[in-house]
Amino acid sequence: MRATFPHMGNLHISLKAMLQHLGVEVVTPPSCSKKTLNLGVKYGPEFACLPMKLNLGNFLEAYEMGADTVIMAGGCGPCRFGYYAQIEHAILKDIGCNMELIVLEPPSRYIFELTGKIKQITGNKPLWQVIQAICYGYQKARALDEVEIAAFKSRPREMAAGLTDAACRKALKLIDRAISWREIVEARKIAGKTMAGIPVDKDRAVLKVGIVGEIYTLLEPFTNLNLETRLGYLGVEVDRSIYLSEWVNDHLFMGLIKGLRSRKEASIAAHPYLRHFVGGHGQETIGNAINYARAGYDGIIQVFPFTCMPEIVAETILPVVSADFGIPVMTLIVDEHTGEAGVMTRLEAFVDLLARKKEMKEAL
Amino acid sequence: MPLKIGIPRALLYYYYYPMWKVYFRELGAEVVLSSFSTKGLLDKGLKCAVDEVCLPVKIAYGHVLDLLDKVDMIFMPRLVSVEKHEYICPKFLGFPDMVRCLDKLPPLIDVNINLYRKKWDAHNAVTKVGRLISGNYINIYTAYLRARKIQKIYFRLLHLGLTPDDALAILEDRVKKRPAQEAKEFTVALIGHPYNIYDRHISMNMIGRLSRMGAAVVTAERLPEKTVRSYAARLPKKLFWTLGQRMIGAAFHYLERPDICGIVHVAAFGCGPDSMTGELIERYARAAGMPFLNLTLDEHTGEAGIMTRLEAFLDMVRWRNMAAVGM
Ligand code: SF4
Ligand code: SF4
Repeated sequence: MRATFPHMGNLHISLKAMLQHLGVEVVTPPSCSKKTLNLGVKYGPEFACLPMKLNLGNFLEAYEMGADTVIMAGGCGPCRFGYYAQIEHAILKDIGCNMELIVLEPPSRYIFELTGKIKQITGNKPLWQVIQAICYGYQKARALDEVEIAAFKSRPREMAAGLTDAACRKALKLIDRAISWREIVEARKIAGKTMAGIPVDKDRAVLKVGIVGEIYTLLEPFTNLNLETRLGYLGVEVDRSIYLSEWVNDHLFMGLIKGLRSRKEASIAAHPYLRHFVGGHGQETIGNAINYARAGYDGIIQVFPFTCMPEIVAETILPVVSADFGIPVMTLIVDEHTGEAGVMTRLEAFVDLLARKKEMKEAL
Repeated sequence: MPLKIGIPRALLYYYYYPMWKVYFRELGAEVVLSSFSTKGLLDKGLKCAVDEVCLPVKIAYGHVLDLLDKVDMIFMPRLVSVEKHEYICPKFLGFPDMVRCLDKLPPLIDVNINLYRKKWDAHNAVTKVGRLISGNYINIYTAYLRARKIQKIYFRLLHLGLTPDDALAILEDRVKKRPAQEAKEFTVALIGHPYNIYDRHISMNMIGRLSRMGAAVVTAERLPEKTVRSYAARLPKKLFWTLGQRMIGAAFHYLERPDICGIVHVAAFGCGPDSMTGELIERYARAAGMPFLNLTLDEHTGEAGIMTRLEAFLDMVRWRNMAAVGM
């Protein structure tokens, strides 16, 4: 078996560690690119949401590299994601890509099915090894998030443009290479030091923007046109409402690990405005926007793929939140037609607005 | 003065209105419906809704706005789930909260209807609504029983092939004598969300026009739940959208019926469930060699374009039929 999986930001580093620890041969698809997207657009349903098209592109590219099995997560609604895998499979079959598909459905209802699938992937590895692999993957996810968070802070303050990006690349490579527990812990430490060592101007005044929205477009920089990096260069410190490890904790560990931000907090904050979950991360978008406003952020950017249903619900409600808390909100909707120039202009205008608003506040 | 409860003529009005109406009437409230969908009503909705929402939700906004000064409360349950382990759509989950952002809104009755875990949970929601109007539990319960009875009759009428409008007319005793329907050349299946195909403005009266063009029309609502579900069960994984399930099941059923000559699928632009179920239906239709037409509607859709495509489709079906009998 040569297994592949869809990309979502740095997820591949984590997943590869897990699968390789279980002795599975892994084919990591090339990072999402224009080519990936074009493949997805060509073969995917016209009105499918962007993540699904990119998934499909990933699979096709991995197939060319010799992958024969796709590992995919499932779901039980209400959003489209839970049915991606089945449609993708039908499409792959149609175009003659004979790949096997292993869909990991959430364990709430089909726990035995899940363990069965894991067995199918790992070929009967003992349970402790599976658990160990998950811990490895999780540890890496944490390390990756720490690097990103450090980068968000240092990018707007770096002494020379590009220092943060270089450090980031180095740190990620280090984490990716670690294969034993000791190495991962060590890599996490060195990565932390590398990031802390970036020369920065500590006193530089920066704007703070919280980024909320649909998880895939938040975590996959290709889809949001490197939003976070661009903002960093515009002198904005960003925070993102969902990190990889938080998602893993909420979805795979049922929130077992405490001390991380969880969905619950966000949904409590959202309650006066959106009183029910709406699938995806719609309720979290509202809740996190409120939390950012309370924490004194200067602005909020919502990102989501065109036609994303939960985020459209949130988009409708965000203006009220924006008015109530006096915090500007920008909505960035992305799809295969999104152009870089247009996004850049809008971002610059938004950052300008925030800067002026801040100046005015400080002048008072 | 009895309490005036407004019901928007939108979304699942097309399924549940008879039940809601009888329930509120029995409890002594007056039910006020919004007007029929029109261009003007849609325009009102467009002003308040964000661009990205689908057409049926935009028109639902229009219906809510239409009720603003006419009623004391608006009934807008949060339809989370009407079947075990299924949902309707994320937008249904959020709709009451989306509407609450509007100005000058009368109080909303936005109880959660959530049968995701067990069917009995409907009962609690119904009682909760009843308590807003009446303090008498026995009244509430009998009203509920009557409402359910009417609902059963209504669904039976739909299964007989009546449109929601006609079925309602029978229930409300306002049927006029109509000329007998002449026999049609052939039958096509019209598959789409009920609030799209039965809303005459959204669908541009597609059912009526197809019929005038010589085609008899069957829809998913024509089939009993059991049939729909058994056909939908052919999918590799159960769909978690109740309406999607109905559309898929019906499409699969009609694909096998020799008397059905074509399938017209009506989708709302930007609709999440439709993008998936539409894709599935198209695949199966193609495999079965069934003529298939997909129409995607939004507020910019031109009527002329749709009609031309419908006509062309019917012509194609006609030719196929003639070729089949060897003419
Ligand atoms: S949350 Fe948005 S992007 Fe994800 S499956 Fe749902 S509609 Fe698609
Ligand atoms: S099911 Fe489709 S048409 Fe209906 S509300 Fe949801 S997105 Fe809109």
